[in-house]
Formats: sequence, C-alpha cells, structure tokens
Amino acid sequence: MPTKKLFVPLLVIGLIASLVTACQPTPAAKETPAPAETAAAGEETTPEEVVIGVYEPLTGAFAAGGEFTMQGVNLAYKQKPKVLGVPIKLVVVDNRSDKAEAATAMARLINQEGAIAVVGSYGSSLSMAGGEVAEKAGIPVMGCSPTNPLVTQGKDYYFRACFIDPFQGRVMAKYAVEELGVKKVAIIQDVAQDYSVGLAAFFRKAFIELTGDASGIVSFTSYQTGDQDFTAQLGATLAAKPDAIFAPGYFAEAALLAKQARELGFKGPILGGDAYEAPELIEIGGDAVEGIIFSTHYHPDAELSPASKPFVEAFEAEYGERPSAFAALGYDAYMLTIDAIERANSFDPAAIRDAMAATKNFPGVTGTISMDENGDAVKTAVILTVENGKFKYLTTVSP
Amino acid sequence: MTLSLFFQHLANGISLGSLYALIAIGYTMVYGILRLINFAHGDIVMLGSYIAFYGVVMFFLPWWVSFPLAILLTGVVGIIIERTAYKPLREVPRINLFTSAVAVSFLLENLGLVIFGARPKGFHRPPVMDTVLYIGGAAVVSYTPIIILTALVLFGGLMFVVHRTKVGMAMRALSKDIETTGLMGVNTDQVITFSFALGSALAAAGGILWAIKFPQIQPLMGVMPGLKAFIAAVLGGIGDITGALIGGFLLGIAEIMLVAFMPNLAGYRDAFAYSILILLLLFRPTGIMGEMEPEKV
Repeated sequence: MPTKKLFVPLLVIGLIASLVTACQPTPAAKETPAPAETAAAGEETTPEEVVIGVYEPLTGAFAAGGEFTMQGVNLAYKQKPKVLGVPIKLVVVDNRSDKAEAATAMARLINQEGAIAVVGSYGSSLSMAGGEVAEKAGIPVMGCSPTNPLVTQGKDYYFRACFIDPFQGRVMAKYAVEELGVKKVAIIQDVAQDYSVGLAAFFRKAFIELTGDASGIVSFTSYQTGDQDFTAQLGATLAAKPDAIFAPGYFAEAALLAKQARELGFKGPILGGDAYEAPELIEIGGDAVEGIIFSTHYHPDAELSPASKPFVEAFEAEYGERPSAFAALGYDAYMLTIDAIERANSFDPAAIRDAMAATKNFPGVTGTISMDENGDAVKTAVILTVENGKFKYLTTVSP
Repeated sequence: MTLSLFFQHLANGISLGSLYALIAIGYTMVYGILRLINFAHGDIVMLGSYIAFYGVVMFFLPWWVSFPLAILLTGVVGIIIERTAYKPLREVPRINLFTSAVAVSFLLENLGLVIFGARPKGFHRPPVMDTVLYIGGAAVVSYTPIIILTALVLFGGLMFVVHRTKVGMAMRALSKDIETTGLMGVNTDQVITFSFALGSALAAAGGILWAIKFPQIQPLMGVMPGLKAFIAAVLGGIGDITGALIGGFLLGIAEIMLVAFMPNLAGYRDAFAYSILILLLLFRPTGIMGEMEPEKV
C-alpha cells in the first residue's frame, strides 16, 4: 500500500511540530558558566557572559499575557544588554501556561542554562510553581505580574515588580462602593487560579469592611479556567439581582462571561482585576465588555514616574503600538534585576537577592518601586474602563 | 427557584446539549462503522471553526458562503486524514489504529498552535444570530434555536443517509462485517472514506456552531468538546446515532442543572461529567440505546 509510506513522514512532521511549539522562543542552549563558577568570579576572572532566565507562558491560555511581558523584557534587554560590563545572555523558556511546566522551566533555567537570576512569570499559579524550585536552588526571581500574596510569602528569593491582590481587591471594592454606589455585588471566581480565588476573597473582605454589610455579597460562585459556558452560574447569580458583578478571572473567560451576562439581560457594571487587560477581551467580548471596569498596574496615559514617558516613546518606536501593563511590568522586572546586580556589584545569586530586597524608590515605568519586607512592590494602581473598543484610563489609586 | 429561572436553566442546558449532540453523532458514526474511537474528532471540530473564521476574516466571504465551504473543506481534510493515518492500519491490531488517532489529534493541535497561533481569536457572529429573544421569561439569544434546529436537521439528514440510501445500506453492512461486505461487491474503501468525510463535515458544523455560541477560538478548543461529545456518545450507547443525540442533550442539561441546583459545585462540573461516564460504564456499559449486541450505525 503506497499510503503506508506516507504515515511515517506524517508522524515525523507531527513530532517536529510539537517540538517547534515546545521550544520555539528558546535560543539554542550554549555552553554557559554554571552559577557556582559565575559566583566565584571575582575582579580578576570576569565571566564572558551571564545568563538571565525568563519563564513566561508563550503558548496556552495565557499566551497573550506572556507575549506582552516579553515585549517589555526584550525592549529592556535591548536598552541594557550588559551588566557590570559583561554581556547578558537572555534565555527565554515557555512554561505553556501550565503549573507543572512552570516548575520544569524554572529547573531548566537554573540547572541547564545556569541562570543567576530569573524574570517571570505572568500568572500567579505559574509563579508559585516556579518559585518552589528557585527557592531550593537559591536563585533570585523578579516576578513581573503575579499578584497573589502567596507568590512571595515565605520565599526569600521571590520578589515582584507589581502590587499584590489584597491591595488590588481593596482598590476595586472601594471604587465599587464609593464611585459606583454598589450595595449588592455578586462574585464569580475562577476556582482553578490562585490569582482569582485570592482576589475574590480580598475583594469580598474589603467590600464587607466598607459597607459593614455581609449580606451585600448576594452570590459567590465559581467556574474553571477553560470553561466557556457560564449561563448556569449567571442564571443563579442574576436571580439575586446584584448591582454589579465582580469576576476576577483571566481575559479569555471574562470576555465570554461578560457576553453571556449581557445576553441574559444584566445591565450593571462588570468589574475585574489586572488579568482583564488584553486585546482579546475586547476582540472577543465586543459590545458586551463596553463599560467594564478593572484595576491594573499601568496605562500609557497615566504618568506614574519620570521613567514612564521615555518608555512609551521607546516602546512605540520599537513595536508601533502602545505598551500594555504587562509589557511595562516586564520592562520594570528586567530593569529591577539589572539594578540589583549593579548594586550588589557581583554575580553571586545570594548577593543579588540581598540587593533586590533592599530596592528603594526605584524609578520604574509603572511607578516608583520600593520592596516591602515580603519582597512585594509598594506602588500605585490605575483603574481602566473599555470605551469604544479601547482601554481608557480612569484614575490612579495610591496605596 | 422560580419557574422562569428554571426555564432559563433548561434553555441554557438544551442549547449546550445540542452542541454536544451534534459533535457526538459524528463521533459515534465513525465508531459504528470502523469501531475506531476517532480521538482527533475534537480537533477536526477546531479545524472547522478556524477555516470558517479565516473564510470570513481573510477572504471576506459572507458567512453563508464561508460556513458551508468550511464544512466542505473539513470533509476533505477528513478524507486526507483517513487515507494517510487510518487506512494503512486497517489490517493491523485495533490498538495501532487507536494510537494513530491519538497521534493525529496531537498533530492537528500542534499544527494549529504553529499556524494559527496560541492566542485566542474572536469569532464574529452573523448579526442574525446575535439578537436576544425573550421566550416565556427566559432570555434566549437567537443562535440557540438555530443551533438546536441545525443539530436536529443534520441528525435527520444523517439518519436518512444511513437508513434510506444505497451508501447508507453499505455503511450498515460494513459495520457488521467489512470483509463479507467487500465480497458482496461493495467498494469498502470508498464507503469508509465517505463516512469519514461525513463525520468530519458534521464535526465542522459542530465547530462552527460552537464558535457562534462561544465566540472565542483557539487551537486547543476542540479537546473539551471532543471529550464531552465522547461521553455523550457513550452515554447514548456508542455506535448508535439516536443514542448520541439523546446523550448529548442529557449531558448538556445535566451539567447546567448541576450548577443551577448546587452552585457550590460549579467548579466541579467537568468532574461531574466524567463521574457520569464512570457510573454509566459500571452499571450500564452499553449506554441508553445500546443493546448487549450493540447495533451499529
């Protein structure tokens, strides 16, 4: 049978295809100095290059978030390709939006590539999975946008360039109560995401504190990442007649959820968190996401620090579009890492860690960044809405 | 729970169930003939919706041209898959064929990631399917009746083909015994290829309707519907087309009702679907419509 011969090449193509997706953005591994050697390198033996690892979701459900972050990281790398006079080799590994893959990616960056510091990842669950590995290996990590408090809690080596969810939950609850006059709110969380569960809980707590009325939470339900049908949850939710829905999930589900909520006749505001920010939210959600309100880290219209404006100009020159919050955070996370290495004046991971922890008033593009005792950035949040198919800056909220 | 809320849930359940049903009938038909669990069926669903998407976005076809064209093209892809990955393996143990089906599934998913990109794309609903109707207090978007109607029409059409046409007769004969049917002068290869084309076309129709209901397409979108449709097919008695239709509706309604009556379990609805599968296999391995000697096709 002649077709029998076709089968083997077809399988080979399949194999290659899966390999391509697995390691697409990863440059070929080269001989790199192991962290121990790098660390030992004093003034007399400067290493030829140092490896900074990046792990981000470049495929899977969070691919959009990962891509944005990489725009920022790449721009920062282009502006600062050297640290302490030594060329940096940036090794990017795809964690495929998967917790198990995130741990593997981190292990690969540390053990195989010899990274002295790591930047990433979008997605709190992914960062928590990678954080365990980095903690054991004693390699400092600068998170770009994981906002769940557990990412850095009890971890000496994990830091982040972003604010955390207790703050974000309070910001949104305050906005809902004070600006929108919401008295009854329904919460729909993504039970598979630490980010969403955490943010939902912090919002709930803050909302009850502000209104003094626990019955103001009229409904609290869940869905799972990847769900596409929310009509069952929304049916029960809308029957409780909430003034607003707080649905702190990721953009892909949020867009469908908003669409279905509008189809079921809900007219009130839909609120969310920083994971709403992706063009897909508007592309998929269309008219349904108009007027959606969410908190995030950054908007090009908000001048958060002296570094903001030059960044927007450089970003537009590089990519021909305006930067998203995740690009800005990716940029900041890389720059914070370089800043820590420079202040440590050493390639020793432990020294870099100490320098990261001591970060004070760093002029990041997403605001002035200082690290608190947990390794979390203390900084402002911005509130955005969607108007005429575009994200629009509403206001800035300080801690 | 008020009556109107119950109707709302029922409408949501039927709407979801009709999608499961539509994908399940293609699944079960291929199984009925070849005894092959075509694991790539869900990925063919994905392919169908992407072709329809690009027809509209890239080639500026109106939806009523792009959608049937996508169904047709996906049917052709089904033929290619059958010819390259399944036909050469027809004489070898069935487990090889099954493995090949899994391979095709991964191949399509990864090709999708490379060619279409991993980021989800927004699928544009035709305006006629985007208005909200109120039927007896339940809000129903106009795509819902269209999906249900399409599922029933395609089901009727498939039943007609299988039971009233010559090729359908050959399909039924083939499901009993391929060799003997061949000896009777039926070109078995052609009939099998035809079944695959038909199955893939049904999958594409399911994919397009899926994308209309959930207007977000990505390369891994077929995995969950594929699994759910498989459960629906087993629920109804795998190999039985009517059973797949009933199984699909039952699964859709059951999933929605579980969340409606037990909102705390909302995060576990997939676990619920799989539990149904396990219980069913324990207590009634042949499914609702299946007999002990399951009648195939």
